[in-house]
This record gives sequence, C-alpha cells and structure tokens, in this order.
Amino acid sequence: MKAIAARRNHRFAPVVLLLLALLVTGGVYAALMPSPAVAAAADQSDIEGGKALFRANCATCHGPSAEGREGVPSLVGVGAASVDFQVSTGRMPMQQNGPQAAAKPPQFDEEQISQLAAYVASLGPGPAIPPQEQVDPAGGDAANGMALFRTNCAMCHGSIGKGGALSEGKYAPSLAGSTPTQIYEAMVTGPQSMPVFNDANLSPDEKQDIIAFLEEQKAGSPGGTDLGAIGPVAEGLWVWVVGIGLLIGCAVWIGAKSS
Amino acid sequence: MTTDNSSTEVEVRRDASGLPERFENPGLAPHQERMADNDPVADKRAERQVVILFALSVLGTIGFLVAYFLVPPGETVASMRLSNLLLGTTLFLGMFSIGAAAVHWAKVLMSDHERQEQRHPQRSDEKVRAEAIAQLKDGAEDSGIARRGVLKGAVVTALALAPLSIVVPLVGEVGGDWNVSKFRHTLWKQGKKLTRDPSGEPIRASEVTVGSVFHVIPEGLRDEELWIEEKAKAIVLMVRIDPNDLTEREERKDWSYEGIVAYSKVCTHVGCPVALYEQQTHHLLCPCHQSTFDMANEARVVFGPASRPLPQLPITVDDEGYLVARSDFHEPIGPSYWERLK
Amino acid sequence: MSTSTTAAQRAAGGTADYLDQRTGISLAVKNFARKIFPDHWSFLLGEIALYSFVVLLITGVFLTLFFVPSMGLVEYEGPFAPMNGVEMSEAFASTLDLSFEVTGGLLMRQIHHWAALLFMASIVTHMMRVFFTGAFRKPREVNWLVGFILMILGLAAGFTGYSLPDDVLSGNGLRITDGVVKSIPIVGSYMSYFIFGGEFPGEHIIPRLFTVHILLVPALILALIGLHLFFVVLHKHTHFPGPGRTERNVVGFPLFPVYVAKAGGFFFVVFGVLALMGGTMTINAVWNYGPYDPSPVSAGAQPDWYMLFLEGSLRLMPGQGTEWDLWGYTLSLNVLIPAVVIPGILFTLLAAYPFIEAWATGDKREHHVLDRPRNAPVRTATGVAILTAFFILILAGSNDLIATHFALSINDITYVFRVLFLVTPFLAFWATKRICLGLQRKDRELVLHGHETGRVVRFANGEYIEVHKPLDEYERWIRVHHEPRRPLEIEPAEDEHGVRRKGYRMDAIRARASRFFYEDRVEPVTPAELAAAHSHGEHDALPAGEPETQEIGAGSGGGRHAVTGAPLPDEGDTPRPSVQDH
Repeated sequence: MKAIAARRNHRFAPVVLLLLALLVTGGVYAALMPSPAVAAAADQSDIEGGKALFRANCATCHGPSAEGREGVPSLVGVGAASVDFQVSTGRMPMQQNGPQAAAKPPQFDEEQISQLAAYVASLGPGPAIPPQEQVDPAGGDAANGMALFRTNCAMCHGSIGKGGALSEGKYAPSLAGSTPTQIYEAMVTGPQSMPVFNDANLSPDEKQDIIAFLEEQKAGSPGGTDLGAIGPVAEGLWVWVVGIGLLIGCAVWIGAKSS
Repeated sequence: MTTDNSSTEVEVRRDASGLPERFENPGLAPHQERMADNDPVADKRAERQVVILFALSVLGTIGFLVAYFLVPPGETVASMRLSNLLLGTTLFLGMFSIGAAAVHWAKVLMSDHERQEQRHPQRSDEKVRAEAIAQLKDGAEDSGIARRGVLKGAVVTALALAPLSIVVPLVGEVGGDWNVSKFRHTLWKQGKKLTRDPSGEPIRASEVTVGSVFHVIPEGLRDEELWIEEKAKAIVLMVRIDPNDLTEREERKDWSYEGIVAYSKVCTHVGCPVALYEQQTHHLLCPCHQSTFDMANEARVVFGPASRPLPQLPITVDDEGYLVARSDFHEPIGPSYWERLK
Repeated sequence: MSTSTTAAQRAAGGTADYLDQRTGISLAVKNFARKIFPDHWSFLLGEIALYSFVVLLITGVFLTLFFVPSMGLVEYEGPFAPMNGVEMSEAFASTLDLSFEVTGGLLMRQIHHWAALLFMASIVTHMMRVFFTGAFRKPREVNWLVGFILMILGLAAGFTGYSLPDDVLSGNGLRITDGVVKSIPIVGSYMSYFIFGGEFPGEHIIPRLFTVHILLVPALILALIGLHLFFVVLHKHTHFPGPGRTERNVVGFPLFPVYVAKAGGFFFVVFGVLALMGGTMTINAVWNYGPYDPSPVSAGAQPDWYMLFLEGSLRLMPGQGTEWDLWGYTLSLNVLIPAVVIPGILFTLLAAYPFIEAWATGDKREHHVLDRPRNAPVRTATGVAILTAFFILILAGSNDLIATHFALSINDITYVFRVLFLVTPFLAFWATKRICLGLQRKDRELVLHGHETGRVVRFANGEYIEVHKPLDEYERWIRVHHEPRRPLEIEPAEDEHGVRRKGYRMDAIRARASRFFYEDRVEPVTPAELAAAHSHGEHDALPAGEPETQEIGAGSGGGRHAVTGAPLPDEGDTPRPSVQDH
C-alpha cells in the first residue's frame, strides 16, 4: 500500500487510474449486460412473463396485443432491439406526452426487459439485440467510425456526440451515457425522430466502428476541460467570464489606491 | 450655437446674492499617505513581497523547462493533456508573477503623489496657420501647377492609370477562369449511379427502407479532377417515404421511385449541408440557420430563413436494381445568386 | 550625482551619449519619460487588447513555423487514433501535428485562439468605455474612427485565422460566407470567384487566407495601433471628473516609473491569464470536427463569438417571400438584409456616432474630462440600445444551444427573438434613459441633503429627524462638475423684414435633434440651490418649542423639498441645531 501511496502523484498516475477505471467499468458492465445467448434462446416462459408485463405496463397505450392506435406505434415487427433500447434507456414506459420521450432511469430490471423483448419479438420478426462481440468497441476501427459518424450522425448529435437541437422542441440526445448496445440498437431501430440505419446503409462492422469512435471520446480532450464540447459559443462565454472577468479584476486592483 | 473653439473655461459668474452660478473646482484632494510611506517595517515587508513574486516567476519558468523536457505530449490523450496542463500552468506562473510583482511594486513602493501636466488646445495658433498657408502657396507658386493646365492633366492621368498594371492582372487572374456558369451544373446525369457517401458503394432501391436516410454522392466522384468542388454541388440526401404520405406534382411523379425521393443536400439559404432528417415528421432541418424543409412535400420550406425548396434529383433504377439519376438537377443547387435564373 | 561612478553607470552613460549624438534622443526622453497618465481601471481595457495582440504575434510566429497552408491531400499518421489513415489537407494535418507532436504546440495554439477571442472581447469593452464616457468627443473623433477600423480588422483577422485549419466547422463557415457573397446583387457570383479563385471551395482559399491572416491584416493592425497610440500621446489621455481635474490639465502619475511598471506588468498579467486558459481549457478542438469535406456538418455549427451576431441575424430572418425575382434576376433579401443591411446599419451608426452627436448638440469645444454615463442620458441609452440589438442577435445565433440547454423549442425561440430584436432596443433605450435621469436626481439629492448617517434624533417637541452629513467639497464636486446642457435655440425663421432666411430648415432639424438629446434633463445643483436647501433644512431643524410643523428632511426618498428662492443665508458653516441624541 505504501508503495502505491508514494506513487499516487506520479505523472502517469492519472493514466493508470483511468485505465483501471476503464477496466473496472468494462468488467462490471460485461457482468451486468444480458448475455445475448439468453436473449436469443428466449423460451416460452420468457415470452409469457413478457406478455404479462406488457399487459400491465404497456397495453394501455400500445393496445392489448401491441397493435398500436392513433399516435401510438404498433410494436408488431419492431423487434427485440427496439424494446431493449426504449426500456433500458427509460424512454418507455413514457411518463408524459412531450415533444419526445426523454431518457430516464429504467423502470424494469434486466430480466424483465429481456422478457418484454422476447414477447415483442415473438409478435413479428424485427431487429434482434446485438450479440456482445458485435458492439465491442475494441473490435471497431475508430478512424473509419469518425468518417461515418461525421457523415451520418454529427449533424444531429454534434461532432463527438454531445447532442443537439431538432425542430419544435425535439432534440438529439448526448451519447455520452449510452452503452454500446444501446447505440447499436438505436441505429438499427431508428427510435422517434432518428432515421433507421439498416445494414445496407451502415453494415454491422461499420456500426461497430462508430461505437469504437464514440468510445475514444471517453478519454476526454487533450487540451484540458472540454467546456461541454459544444463548440464556439461555450468558448465565447468562457472568454468573457474567465478572460475578461479575471483581467478586469486585475485592472481594478491596478487602478485602486494602495492603503 | 456655440462656436467657441477653446477648451471649457470655468468662468465665475455670480448671481444676485453674490453666489457663483456654478460650483468651483476645489482643486486636488489632499494626499493620503500609505502605510509603507511612513512605516519602515511596512516598507520592508512590501519590498519582500515584490521579491517573492519575482522569485515565483523564476520558479514558474524553471517549472516550464522541466515540464518541457520531462513530460512530452506522448501518444495518449491523457499524456497530451498532462503536458499541456503543466506547460500552461507553469507559463502562467512565470508570466503572471512578473506582472503581479511589477504592479505591486508600483502601487506600494513608487511615489503615489498625483502630478499635473498642462494641456494645450490641438488647434495651432493663428500665426502658425498663416505661415503654413503661406508655405503651401509658395510651393504651389514655384511648381506653377495653376498656370500649366496641360501639365496638370498629364500628371493626374499618368498617376490614375499607372495602378492598372497591378490591378488588371490581379483581377484577371485571381478569379480563375471567371466562368460563373459552372454553378448551374453538377456531376449528375442520366444513368449516374447513386452511391453512399463517403464509401462510393452503389445503392439498390430495395435497401432504402422506409424511415432510413442515405447520404449520397454520384458514382465515380473521386475520379474527377476537381472532386471536392463537384462534391460540394452534387451531395444528395435520399429517403423512402410511405407513398401515402408523399405529395407529388403530376409532372414530377416520375422523379421519385416507389416513394424514394432524392434532394440536393445544399441549403438554398446560404449553402450549408441540410442533413437533420426527422423520420417521423419527414422534416429536414439545417443545423446552421434552422431552415426546415418538408421532404414529403417537394422539400418545401416550412420554417426558417430559406426561401426556396431544395432542388429534387430525378431518379429511377437501372436493370440491376441500382438507383440511378434520370438527369441533372432541373435548377441550380444551393444559395441564390443574381443570374440564377438566366 | 555621485562623483564615483560604477562601471555599469559609465557603460550606460556611454551608450546614452552614443545614441544621443546620432539621434538626439534626449529630447524625446525629456518629453516623454515623465509624461502624466491618469489612473483608472477602465483605462486598462484598451491595454488588454494591445497585449492580447502582442501575445497573438508571439504565439502566431510559433504556429507559422509549423503550419502548412496547403490544400493538397495527405493521409494522416500520428498519435491521434481517430484520425489515423484519414485523408485530409496538409493544412489540417499540420494543425494536428503541431497540436499533438510539437511539445508546447497545443498550448501555443490554444493561447493563440483564446487571445483572439480576448482581443475582440477587450476591443468591445474598450469601445464601450470610450463610448459611454464620451471620450470620443473633440479632438478624439478621428481616433474613434481609427479604433473602429481596428475592430473591423480584428474581425477580419479572427475570421481568416479561424478558417485556416481547414476543418469541417470553419469550412462550413466559409461555405456560408460564399452563400452570403453570392447573394450580393450583380457582382455576387464574381466576388465568390474572386475570393475562392473559382468554384467553392477550390484549392486557393487556405493559402489566400493565410497570407491575409499573417501578413496583410496584422500589418494593418500594427500600423493602426501605432496611429491609435500616437493620437493618445498627442491628445494626452482623458481623465474622469474629480477634484483638481480640468479641461486644461491632466492629473495622474508619470510614465516612468509608475506606468512602466503598471502597464508593463499588466502585459505579463494578460499573458499569464491567457496561458492559464490555454493550459486548462480546450478551444477549437479541430480534431473533433475532422478535415473539411463538403458533405458533413455538425450540430452546434457556429462561428466564434464575435461573428455570432451575423449568424443570429441570418437565423432570425424569415425566408418566406423574401427572395425576389426582378426581370429574371434574383434578389435574395432573406440573405442580404440580415447579413449586409442590418450589420451595415448598426456598424455605421457606431462609427458615425461622434459626428452625429457633435452635429446635433452643436458642441465644438474640446473635451478632456470624461462624462459620467448618467450625465449623458441619451448617449448612454443609445449605446445600450445598440448593445442590446447585438446581444439579441448573439443569443439568436446560439438558439439551438438555448433550446437544448433549457428544453425549449427552437422554433418558439426564433419567433420570440424576432420580436425581441425589434422591440428591446427601444425598451432598453427608454429604460436606460430613465435610469440615468434617476441617478442624476439621486446625485442632486445627495448634494442637497448629504449622506444619511442613520442617526435619528428627537426634538424636545417630540419631532424626529435623521441627521444628514453634508458632502465635503471633493465629494460634491464629482456630482456637480458637469455643465448643464440645454437644447439648441435657433434663430427665427424670418428676419425682421419678414424674409425667410437661408438654412432655417437645417437649423430646425438640428434643433429637433438637440431636443432629442437634451430636452429631458436634470441639471447639476448650483451653489444657490444648495444654500437654499441648507436654509430649508435648518428651518426643519429649529430647536424645540417653535410652533411650526415641518416636513422632515430625512430618508433618501425625502428630497421633495421645494427649493425656494427666498433670501439665502451664507452657505458654509451653518450651525447645527442643538439636538438630543437618543
């Protein structure tokens, strides 16, 4: 312990800490994620459990057999990926009507989500939850991911996925808190305003490249704090607050009579 | 209206009761001594503070050099950030401390007795003015410019024309070939395949599902010599819209293919790439100035500063099922310009 | 003088002698070394601009040595993983190289960009100081114009530099510029070719911007800074009103040593603060935006803050029905009005203001004592109105960020800003003018009745008053120094023979302008008014037993004393009433 304590100010300490943190996060995350094998091998009991959950929590809006109604989409054929995305990000069940459903803490646990997903998947064929190795950032090419992200995603989500505005109060959310699986599912299913990026448009490997690019962003900015990474407006605000603020403070000090 | 040319002079006029009409300037307030002016201990202390600040600057500079040699930016984001942070903060220390020391010195130890300096009106006095005018007159007289009309004309003409030898080649060359009719045409022509941006892979109609959006460039774009210029004009955004939602004029019915529509991605406002497609409302939003176009209704403007709909690219499929253009755009793409309709 | 001189002193003396024999420099030293400069924090705002420019030059030279202003394409290879193997221009690649591989390069780049933002911010604050204190009045109108041109050049320097890395964000900025230029009637397309050397983007724009950015604009700025400072020395600096300060003198401290230390020190302070910002805060992360390509664009597409008003103006303009077809030619008012006409009006108003005010007020005298902003209500209000218009445009330029950060609809924000842009400048004008007049009344109040002391006393007859402490003459002077300004009075339209005189109409317009400036006014307290107030106050504070009942002159809201023209006792040592302390 002493040796560690002595080295805590070492210049590589932040790097080591960061790596450790990444490892731990990755480990916990891998342990917590529903394994794709389970999702794939959904048995009848899962479907039944999901059906019960659906009747209790979703049927009010989506209809007893998920057929949808005016203003509420049918869930037949949306696939397990869509359910997993909407429910695991807390967007569904929706709390209130608004320009769009906002992400919030999920209302169901892993098992319940996989049951719901299994039920909806049983209604009609649709995109499945991607297997773990398909969304692993380590397997993607970040440079290609950046090129694809810039062409297909950055106009809404911002240059590195910090989010942006759409019309009439809708918005593209920040991707900073999304898991690789959720990002993949969003691309496949096109939730809400977001268009669908099917496998012909962005192949599964290309989707993985995008995930790898977004993963790179977690290292932060080489230049210091990123000021939200939302572009020149934030920089302008800071130059007035910090730059002009500090210097006027100094000018007042210089101009003031000494006691 | 006052035409008084001199500075304001406070003239003491008095009213009936003998009081002045306005207050008079009381003159400089009495000087107040500082602590260090009388107290040798305070004086010494202030001097010490200044020395310490200068010493801090030296430490900062040494720190900067140490950081420069020992903490290179390295290969990772974290190491780059560390290098930048150390260099920045030590540079701050090195510079700011000098400033703080000098200012503190000036404030606490240098004389703080206010002094006065007289001002003088900017205007020269009459004598100088008269002399200046006389000099100019003499000079003009010497040159004889007033008498020699032809000479005057010759001087003016020569001086006025001489810059042409710089200006004409500059203007002639700086605009390339000055052929502004290039704005009218893009790479699109009959049979040109629609391909994905940036990979250049052709797209089958069956791949364009409802709700998806494709960023499109013409086939063979990268083989063009001026491909960036061509790309700037030829970029297209393609979506498939449920035919029930699609409104099309009769004469444009064959510009789309089974609900697949392709529009220029260059905003008709000032030319930003319009690319924020909201699949539920079929609205296309420009992130630069928020012009919003309705993709289901001939890309008409529904909000924002743009005036015109986005130009539509007529498309169809070829024998192999790949999407191809039927022709170039039927109007110039992008922002308006004076001779756009000519 | 000590007779024994050290070697250093001898060397210095020798050098000085050498120089003087060849340049006569003693004369300059004699004239300038002890030149007096007044002290006030707001006089340092212009220095922030000057010093950030110096920092820009220092860091700029560093960057120039590593930057390659070329649009030739290369494939990036370097430590920044998300860019490996990406095709990009040499300009962008060299920006990445100097950021990531040159030790200290990223710091220099960030300091350079922060300094550019600070340069513009300090120019604007400096201009505000000059405007609101009336420092632009004769003889300094020309220097105001020089400063105005410096601001425009600052915009040009910023814009050209911002575009150099050839990234997506600045590339889209150039594309917008191209769109705006094309909208100019008749010559628009040709101007676009003039700038880009052909069609947008071409391969000339980066080298051209580079030359403009590192040679043309800085040289002009440097020359004009020289002229700007020359005028400051020639005119001698203005000073704030205060005891002993007049139109005929300048009160302050000598250049050497006080301002050498203070102003010289301030350079290091500015450099230090910029270094701190460059070391800790990311600016213009071009590695996020990626190399320019005409297809992509990212949310949050905005220029640096000083161009944001233009962006906002473009965003606010409604597009429906604003593109006109004139005999087959296209006139796009939806671009021309926001990008050319509105900024044109605002900037022209700003540049011409000293001349407008001088004309309207008929004031041809030199002014070296500054105005307190409250003493020039219409000027202050005009300045605030112009600033408000710019501020609304800047907010409109950030409307997408306002929408995401405050969960609002971008469309609603735009509608609201369209109204606000037309309304708030007038509201701001009205409110500022009222505030200025109110502050002037408060000054009168203070001069007439003195400071509240918080000491309440009771007379024997049970009457309470709060004791007010009169201002000393130095405090008072600041509040009464200004001359009362009144609207111009013009000669009648017809002379004694009933003949309409020439120039009457012009005079009438001018008189109206002058009324606009000075009709509503609060005049400074005169000695007579003060004496009257004192006598009145004394009346209030008559010793107990007097039968009169009086309004009590207490409280800041008090002040509604009618100033009577009654015969006045001598002002000055009026004896205090005998009062009981409680």
